Amino acid sequence: MDKRMTEQRLSAASTVALPRNAVSAGTTDRPFAVNWRAFGLSLYLLALVLPIYWLVNMSFKSNEEINSTMTLFPHHPILTNYIHIFTDPAWYMGYVHSITYVVINVVISVVVALPAAYAFSRYRFLGDKHLFFWLLTNLMAPPAVYALPFFNLYTAVGLFDTPWAVALAHCLFNVPLAVWILEGFISGVPREIDETAQIDGYSFPHFFIKIFLPLIANGVGVAAFFCFMFSWVEMLLASTLTSVNAKPIAAVMTRTVSAAGMDWGMLAAAGVLTMIPGAIVIWFVRNHIAKGFALGRV
Amino acid sequence: MNNKVLNNRAWFFVLPVLLIVLFSALLPLMTVINYSVQDTIGPNAFFWNGAGWFRDVLDPTTPIGANFAGALKRNLVFSAIILVIEVPLGIAISLCMPRKGWKVGPTLVVVALPLLIPYNVVGTIWQVFARNDIGLFGYAINALGIDYNYSLGPTSAWITVIIMDVWHWTSLVVLLCFAGLKAIPDAFYQAARIDGASRWSIFVNIELPKLRRVLVIAILLRFMASFMIYTEPFVLTGGGPGNATTFISIDLVNMALGQLLLGQSAALSLIYELIILAICWIFYTAVTHFEQREWTRE
Repeated sequence: MDKRMTEQRLSAASTVALPRNAVSAGTTDRPFAVNWRAFGLSLYLLALVLPIYWLVNMSFKSNEEINSTMTLFPHHPILTNYIHIFTDPAWYMGYVHSITYVVINVVISVVVALPAAYAFSRYRFLGDKHLFFWLLTNLMAPPAVYALPFFNLYTAVGLFDTPWAVALAHCLFNVPLAVWILEGFISGVPREIDETAQIDGYSFPHFFIKIFLPLIANGVGVAAFFCFMFSWVEMLLASTLTSVNAKPIAAVMTRTVSAAGMDWGMLAAAGVLTMIPGAIVIWFVRNHIAKGFALGRV
Repeated sequence: MNNKVLNNRAWFFVLPVLLIVLFSALLPLMTVINYSVQDTIGPNAFFWNGAGWFRDVLDPTTPIGANFAGALKRNLVFSAIILVIEVPLGIAISLCMPRKGWKVGPTLVVVALPLLIPYNVVGTIWQVFARNDIGLFGYAINALGIDYNYSLGPTSAWITVIIMDVWHWTSLVVLLCFAGLKAIPDAFYQAARIDGASRWSIFVNIELPKLRRVLVIAILLRFMASFMIYTEPFVLTGGGPGNATTFISIDLVNMALGQLLLGQSAALSLIYELIILAICWIFYTAVTHFEQREWTRE
């Protein structure tokens, strides 16, 4: 009797306070018990943030302060590094170039992948499984393998040193990835919707754009997010395929190494600025990001 | 999905993807194959070399073969260490994550942040953070009386590269597992509570089986990316000290773009890609085989 009452009390308490974490209710009974989960998580988050904080910290320091003292926060904060980046075209154009090829790549990848993902999800056709597998093998292609042949290819077709070269090169892994993610999301939409629309007399393009796309809007957002992510972070191909006119920020950052030594402050400020687009994009997809990382298949 | 309709016109939906992947994957791959079987004497003068380059790369007594054997060994050890650390840590952190309430959003954003940082900036962050003169991490380790300098000591360099990768990529495992855990219905936990299951038995009997699918994706993605790693260690250590952290990609880019050894690097590229494909295929077949056995047993 006693035991049952405790259980009832426990489950009642946990459904009120912590419905999902009820399994750890055993520990909440003891008032002074350490919450190990919160502690472990905080420790991990701190470990993630600390190196980033250090870069932010350095970006507000002068090189004299960086080299002379070890300070946990800037004692003489300056904005010189950031002002320099925002006023010198050689610097800020690096960001413009990077964002240009990333946007082109995201648009191409998602637009091309949508019909293909629909086909893989809804139809059987000759060679469908082989084609899908072949697409996925491109995700396993090391960029280092493709650096030289891409250089030859894009020089031959006259796209070298344009944002198009990088955008198309990144399609190597982003198109298969987008097909894979979208196929997962599309398979989650019941076929009956397609059939009903057909019976109601919708033409296919009309149905696809007006009815189907809104249904998989999350999936499109997640696919776009992943294409953005992998295009934004990839640097080997981006710097191999450009020289002057489309130089990405990664290549510009090497300017901080000079005969006079490293310009740590500038390097830090440039690095901090590369994190901002990512942080903004994550905030928008934060509610779908977990499902997206499981490629829409949970 | 057994209810797919047979429709060969679906090929038209797949056509754009096919064209773009043919252009950005197959054409360069043909170039690589072409180079791998030819030798060159001066510009545009090629002659047939058969399997010569492949023999060189695979024979550890040649200089190129010795470099490759060393880099391959380092890469395999690196990937093994990465998986052993990141997978359990990622599962543990995902179990600590809040699943409801206002904390979910900000936690997800912080966890995902390292994934959105360009690879060269990840290298830069750790290059700065781990230096023993201006970096908090290196400074603190040295203050503890431990001899640590990643640009001089091979052990320090390895530890730094591993910590950097754990910092950079554990979040991917965390997010995948988080998605898997969120998909477990509340009823499972309630049943476990009624049975008086311990935390550990809930993990082993409910959570772990539900995580199997996302863990397969996580292990595949982490293996592939760690086996292709280039930019982060290149920025951090440049492959040194000596060749202590020279992974296959670093070796390859050095040969292909640095020394322009076309034939050798093309042969190495093909062997490199085949190793990745083979390991992924073996792992995937083993998993599906295992799952089928489980199914028939149930």
